[in-house]
Amino acid sequence: RAISDGKPEKFQPPPKPVIIDKQKQREERRFLSPEFIPPRGRTDPLKFYIERKDMIQRRRVFNIPEFYVGHILAVTTADPYANEKTNRFVGICIQRGGKGLGATFVLRNVIEDQGVEICYELYNPRIQAIEVLKLEKRLDDNLMYLRDALPEYSTFDVNMKPVSRLEHEEVPVNKLQVRMKPKPWSKRWERPKYNIKGIKFELPESKMKAAQKWSQPWLEFDMMREYDTSKLEDKIWKEVSDGLKK
Amino acid sequence: SITGACRAIQKLTRVRVVDNSALGNTPYHRPPKCIHVYNKTGVGKVGDKILLAIKGEKKKALIVGHKMPGPTMTPRFDSNNVVLIEDNGNPTGTRIKTPIPYILRQKGEFSKVFAIARNFV
Repeated sequence: RAISDGKPEKFQPPPKPVIIDKQKQREERRFLSPEFIPPRGRTDPLKFYIERKDMIQRRRVFNIPEFYVGHILAVTTADPYANEKTNRFVGICIQRGGKGLGATFVLRNVIEDQGVEICYELYNPRIQAIEVLKLEKRLDDNLMYLRDALPEYSTFDVNMKPVSRLEHEEVPVNKLQVRMKPKPWSKRWERPKYNIKGIKFELPESKMKAAQKWSQPWLEFDMMREYDTSKLEDKIWKEVSDGLKK
Repeated sequence: SITGACRAIQKLTRVRVVDNSALGNTPYHRPPKCIHVYNKTGVGKVGDKILLAIKGEKKKALIVGHKMPGPTMTPRFDSNNVVLIEDNGNPTGTRIKTPIPYILRQKGEFSKVFAIARNFV
């Protein structure tokens, strides 16, 4: 460190070390799996409590990673009829359904020009491993329209390497607009009921306007359909995190 | 035109022949259709034998995948797939490129079909 002037410089103390408390950061980002939240209804909360205990028990033994619709997962299941008794399937998660122990997720992939979808149960003891290969959320909660999209949007390499990811970062959102096969589709995805943002509609303007005829703009203001889950979520999150820490 | 909600295979469903046999791959002006399902109910699922009408001939076939969602943990295909078979159970083709579900092993003695299949799901 050569001194440019002849005079001695004022003593500069070294910069204070920045302590990144990883524990705190992990706690700030909490993810409660959607199957823990009980559906609205008149069933006894005791039933959901017992189910949650069983779900926590299973999660203690087997790690179910955090994943959303649009992630690319690789699932290995135990299969008595397979060669090495295990069956590995890679695919994009298009839908997460069910509540409690019957929670399911559907993985889709196109193998040898044949589209294959498998509906897996999250808490099935036959599942041996779930790996998240690529994390990315999509613009929609339900990617069922991939069945009517061009097959290139559903093809994923079976031997894909897992993409590395930092712990405390936000899950990236992929704003991909998917191109569709020519109509007819399995469902009329252009209708506002499905509220799909991830398709690049190449339909004429008249068709898009005609589809808006089925819109129900009063639905979002309907107070009877509101289900506020914030307090429930806090309670359930405390229960689940305590159960997993033991 | 295509029918809307396609479910399991029954009489008059159009199927897709998946092996590399000559009968399945040569183009014809009518698609291969199922004319009988060898089952107590007339509905064919994976592992059932059916009678197909291809190129004006009757031929037996084995269902290896359909568009109807089956039990959980089993695959659901985007097309109704079928493998041409003789009366004694021997497959007509020599190679099957499309994936075959493992569940088929449970349904009957189809070891010759597995021998020619390349991919499994």
